Amino acid sequence: MHNPVLDAPLAALADAPAGPKPQKRFSGGNIMLWSVLVVVLAYYVLPLYVMVVTSLKGMPEIRMGNIFSPPLEVTFEPWKRAAFEVCTGLSCDGLSKGFWNSVQILIPSIGLASVNGYALANWKFRGSEVFFTILIFGAFIPYQVMIYPIAIILRELGLFGSVTGLVLVHTVFGMPILTLLFRNYFTSLPEELFKAARIDGAGFWSIYFRVMLPMSLPIFVVAMILQVTGIWSDFLFGVIYTKPDHYPMTVQLNNIVNAVQGVKEYNVNMAATLLTGLVPLVIYFASGKLFVRGIAAGAVKG
Amino acid sequence: MSYRAKRPNRLFRNLSAKIAALPMIVTALCVFIGCTVWTVLYSFTKSRMLPKADFVGLLQYERLWDTRRWILSVENLAIFGGCMMVLSLVIGFSLAALLDQKIRFENAIRTIILYPFALGFVVTGLVWQWILNPDFGLQSVVRGFGWAGFEFDPLFDVDIVIYGVLIAAVWQGSGFIMIVMLAGLRGIDQEIWKAAHIDGIPAWKTYVVVIIPMMRPVFVTALVLIASGIIKVYDLVKAQTNGGPGIASEVPAKYVIDMMFNNLNLGQGFAASNMMLLSVLVILIPWAYLEFGGKKHA
Repeated sequence: MHNPVLDAPLAALADAPAGPKPQKRFSGGNIMLWSVLVVVLAYYVLPLYVMVVTSLKGMPEIRMGNIFSPPLEVTFEPWKRAAFEVCTGLSCDGLSKGFWNSVQILIPSIGLASVNGYALANWKFRGSEVFFTILIFGAFIPYQVMIYPIAIILRELGLFGSVTGLVLVHTVFGMPILTLLFRNYFTSLPEELFKAARIDGAGFWSIYFRVMLPMSLPIFVVAMILQVTGIWSDFLFGVIYTKPDHYPMTVQLNNIVNAVQGVKEYNVNMAATLLTGLVPLVIYFASGKLFVRGIAAGAVKG
Repeated sequence: MSYRAKRPNRLFRNLSAKIAALPMIVTALCVFIGCTVWTVLYSFTKSRMLPKADFVGLLQYERLWDTRRWILSVENLAIFGGCMMVLSLVIGFSLAALLDQKIRFENAIRTIILYPFALGFVVTGLVWQWILNPDFGLQSVVRGFGWAGFEFDPLFDVDIVIYGVLIAAVWQGSGFIMIVMLAGLRGIDQEIWKAAHIDGIPAWKTYVVVIIPMMRPVFVTALVLIASGIIKVYDLVKAQTNGGPGIASEVPAKYVIDMMFNNLNLGQGFAASNMMLLSVLVILIPWAYLEFGGKKHA
């Protein structure tokens, strides 16, 4: 599966820009370029800014002021309420429960999925490429097509509504992209390493654990970033395959903000939104280039 | 003969590799092929609350295309998808070209433009629901500046609600297209720029006449990525408008889920989901042919 965009040029992102020769610093063109950039950046930054300021205001201030004005009186009450007090359905312990549900879903899905990629890279057997192709094309099938039969399978396995069931679903749907990611990485490692280990008598698993795994830390990080941001933001699977007790954070968030009954507390809503977005955001800002690598590989997931 | 007898059975050669690949094989066969075939089959039945193998031919599809809500969903998706493709490509490419001008703070700017992509669709939908709130959001702010007649409440206006969703979708997704485009731009040979410079061709013309045609494969890939994302759009609408006001911002993916899990009309859900599958195939097959089919002959 060679892909001209996703493979080589990404490495080139780190290289020098290839655009035309730059003009002098304060030429007319340069000023225009920067004014365009400022407008563009405003479009991207403003929502985050609005989220932050709204979540720090009290309700009276929200009703009076405009959404862009900074809070006159900073309050962390909305954050506290969003995290521990706000109600979804019958239970009133905020997003904290959803957070732990999400964490519980996340860890096994990453662990299970990351082992898979390696088998394909160096250990080809008859038909392995066929399955791999099915897997990659499967990534393009809309989830809606498979969602009902999967519900039946989960019910037959006795996993419907449980965290385990959801983990399984995430593992299955994360597999195409993770397998692609690991396969491309392991293929890029020099074949001599693999051959030398074979000559020294290492088998499938010992090559994996003693040669490949120690060398593939960066790709594990990329895979992890990809899975964490993907699973964290998932709504569809969470809402369909789990019961309210096990709802992941994103589902809980939607239920809180779009609840029809009760008074709308916009500040609490924004605090909740921000709290949910915080996990992927932190990962994003902390990981930098690796995130870009992850999403570029995750592009097939669409 | 004795040598032959000693050879291990084909099936057991590389046994560990086969065991390790088992999850993949099961996923490929049971989920991607099995479940898809199952849904296609059952879309020809008259299943309602429970799947029932009572075949009725194309009835579900006829009914589907007679349903106003479905037709509206498809129209919405067409408007949304068309705008989204054009906007993502134009914005993505322009931003990439801007960032490729050896400007300062390139990394910081790139980080800012891409961060919405890290937030999911639900978060995106909820933020823009708040910004577009007619009583407190953009509309009231502009009115506060003194333009009392200003009207912009896409989320409560049946005619333009889908553009409200579009604004949020572009905010979330264009950074990613920018990254893809930037990778493409960086892959272009420096010599091209030098040659264009010597020939005295202005930069914008070089982009239009030389660079963009050279980046055709990048554009095609970006287009496939955007298009397959558009067909799946569900969470964004669910969070931002929940299909409202009324059914004005319904999309096919939401129709499927609602039919299957709320309206207990499985047959309709299956039929609708197969229409989604069909549209993915329409995009995917020509692309796969271009991308992989061509190479075999070359």
